[in-house]
Amino acid sequence: MAARASFIALRIAGRKADNSWLPSADPRAGPGTVRHRAITLRRCKTIPLYARLVRYGFRKHATYVWAAVAGAFTNSVFGILRAYILIALWQARPGLAGYDVTQAVTFCFITQALIGPMQLFGTGLAIPERIRSGDIALDLVRPASLLLWSLSEDLGRACYLFLVRGIPPMLLGAALFGVTHPAGPGQWLAFLVSFLAGMVASFGWRYLVSLSVCWLIDERGVGAFSLVLTILFSGMLLPLSLFPGLLGELARALPWAAMVQAPTDLYLGKAPVLETLAFQGCWAAALLAAGALGTRAIRHKVVIQGG
Amino acid sequence: MIELDRAGRSFKVRRSLKLKGNLVHAVCDLSFTVAPGEFVGYLGPNGAGKSTTIKMLCGILTPTSGRVRVAGLDPSRKRTTLARRIGVVFGQRTTLWWDLPLRDSFELIRLLYKVDRKVFKTRLDELIETLDLGAFTRTPVRQLSLGQRMRGDLAAALLHAPDVLVLDEPTIGLDVVSKSSIRAFLRRLNAEQGTTVLLTTHDLGDIERLCRRVMLIDHGRLAFDGTLDELMATAPEQSTIEDVVTRLYTGSR
Amino acid sequence: MVRSYFLLAWTWTRAAMAYPASFALTTVLGLFVAGTDVAVILIIFANTTSLAGFSREETLFLYGTANLAFCLCDLFVSNVDRISQHIKAGTFDTMLIRPVSAWIQLATDRFLPTRAGRVLQAAIVLGYAISALDLGSGRLWMVPVMIATGVVIFGALWTLAGALQFVLTDAPEVTNAFTYGSGQLTQYPLAIYGRDLVRGVTYALPLAFINWQPALYVLDRDDPFGTPGFMRFLGPVAALVLALLAGSAWRLGIRHYRSTGS
Repeated sequence: MAARASFIALRIAGRKADNSWLPSADPRAGPGTVRHRAITLRRCKTIPLYARLVRYGFRKHATYVWAAVAGAFTNSVFGILRAYILIALWQARPGLAGYDVTQAVTFCFITQALIGPMQLFGTGLAIPERIRSGDIALDLVRPASLLLWSLSEDLGRACYLFLVRGIPPMLLGAALFGVTHPAGPGQWLAFLVSFLAGMVASFGWRYLVSLSVCWLIDERGVGAFSLVLTILFSGMLLPLSLFPGLLGELARALPWAAMVQAPTDLYLGKAPVLETLAFQGCWAAALLAAGALGTRAIRHKVVIQGG
Repeated sequence: MIELDRAGRSFKVRRSLKLKGNLVHAVCDLSFTVAPGEFVGYLGPNGAGKSTTIKMLCGILTPTSGRVRVAGLDPSRKRTTLARRIGVVFGQRTTLWWDLPLRDSFELIRLLYKVDRKVFKTRLDELIETLDLGAFTRTPVRQLSLGQRMRGDLAAALLHAPDVLVLDEPTIGLDVVSKSSIRAFLRRLNAEQGTTVLLTTHDLGDIERLCRRVMLIDHGRLAFDGTLDELMATAPEQSTIEDVVTRLYTGSR
Repeated sequence: MVRSYFLLAWTWTRAAMAYPASFALTTVLGLFVAGTDVAVILIIFANTTSLAGFSREETLFLYGTANLAFCLCDLFVSNVDRISQHIKAGTFDTMLIRPVSAWIQLATDRFLPTRAGRVLQAAIVLGYAISALDLGSGRLWMVPVMIATGVVIFGALWTLAGALQFVLTDAPEVTNAFTYGSGQLTQYPLAIYGRDLVRGVTYALPLAFINWQPALYVLDRDDPFGTPGFMRFLGPVAALVLALLAGSAWRLGIRHYRSTGS
């Protein structure tokens, strides 16, 4: 998926986007235009629409090249600092959590690479802003699901950030400390599927957090709450297997583990493939289902309040 | 009060990722003097260098060549000292704080300019009355209409009783009523308090009703400097000011 | 200078306190977000008794000193690194027409008193570490000195970050690597890092003087990298040099500032 989206985006880079047929997010597009486009949309198949949205999300972020370069640099610096902490810990406790030192370093750089795609800091979605401005009403009258629409765009964004902000720190880590890579195509495939499932789970959680703006006066509370939970329980700070006792068991069962810990474990070959994928799949499905319910609830609320 | 001696400002413009750029002269060898108490209109087509000049006058931009003096001070070196003697209004953007009520914005300005509380109170009351701000001093700036905001900006620029007032398109986007009330205020300010005013505008009505002297800049150079009558005399009889200025703008291209 | 700073900061504090519930909430949440770093240290030491030869309490001491200085700067100075946003929005022009230095206006713009929660968290950790380590009172005088040094060094780093953004307007995030990166680096004993990195942060960018060098004195330990003893006391000098450097970089940035738009 990631490879395909990137390939397409590279091919069309520099060419003007042909997405004029998409329902516009522009608030000035009147109801007439939306209706007109709705007819065109129903005629086309659903899958190409979302595939195109993935592309669109990818390209939207590709316009901020310098920001991405800056992000890659910052990710690299923090990756190096974190790697030293883990190296010191593994020197004190060789073989901790079943990792050797190189695997611990690999863990560190994989998790750094996942910060962007999993959007571990902040929601990365435009929904809160659009709810506050009332523009969400325009998104809701589209004949396409807001959930899938946002998911597609977010997957495009995630793929771009993984390529531009994730890969360079990884390469730097490999050059400085040495990292391992999956043993065979099976393990690569398991990682890629898991990466995708992680992105969906991450999106599902952030979508819920974004929708909560609709019911809150001050959404910063939920934002900070989500930030703490994500940082601590995703595994981006330390492998979750280092968490002691009940806390560890809890952390490994929560949805955030599906975002970072699970794909990293599969990359390193440290977890049973099917079980891990099933764990991620369950959380992704549960979060998306909750998101669908949430969408219905805000649609109801927006209709009642008149937009 | 304002003195420019062969002042110039150039920018390096980089195209995308190339490291070497072209040198663009926004203002070039510009010389003029404005005496205390004058009311000068500063005209020019878009991109002629008006804003660059104004930014050099208040010390935002450091000139790359020549000499600039405002109230006897070098703006880029004595920026904070000069700030107490100059008031600046940008029509395109506000100098007020977006989320704060107008009154809090004024209070911040009082603190920044270290205006004595009593003096501040009299001046503010005066400005609130003459600019008719009374109805919305408790409204956050972002909720003000353009006309209200502009009057608030004018008050903010005058709270510290500056000797020079620099206005960058103060009437842009305003309706007829707001425009005329701002014009009346500026005329009174200049006449009664002797404040030197430099005004850029695209609204020739501003020039006709306010400015005794007109300067016209194009491509970073002074294309005309004289009284309004002299400006009109450069064109055939019965031309309107629009005709004259259009001729000057297009003729110099 | 100081007076205008606090008057401005107070005005913004008053504006923020217009919504007391939100104010209290963000203070408490800030405490929790900052707490994740301590959580990491505690989890690490749940798995080992020493990290590169340093105990949990010694690490918490290093964390507390560095983080107290860092959070004080985060509270009072860090807004300076929003300069690129101000440049893009044109509000930086407005700051330049005021009779107060742009640095002070930036630092106080939208001053967030709620960040004081993090200062409190750092102080609590430091207090705990000092009492748990049972340090002799003879060397404790160094603690306030090192915190002051740290504040100056971090403040200088943020100023440098701001000055750098005059050039890097499109990629301000780069500067986070230096400011927040330095905060992260100094939370742990420098003994865990590679020799070259430690040399770099001792002789090039003087981060080692924020807490590592003086802490070796307070904890009465030898430097595993073998630097001579007088280095423990060089912190204030290093801080002064960096501050002067940051000040000139800032002035240079302002002189070369290219205002955008009309």
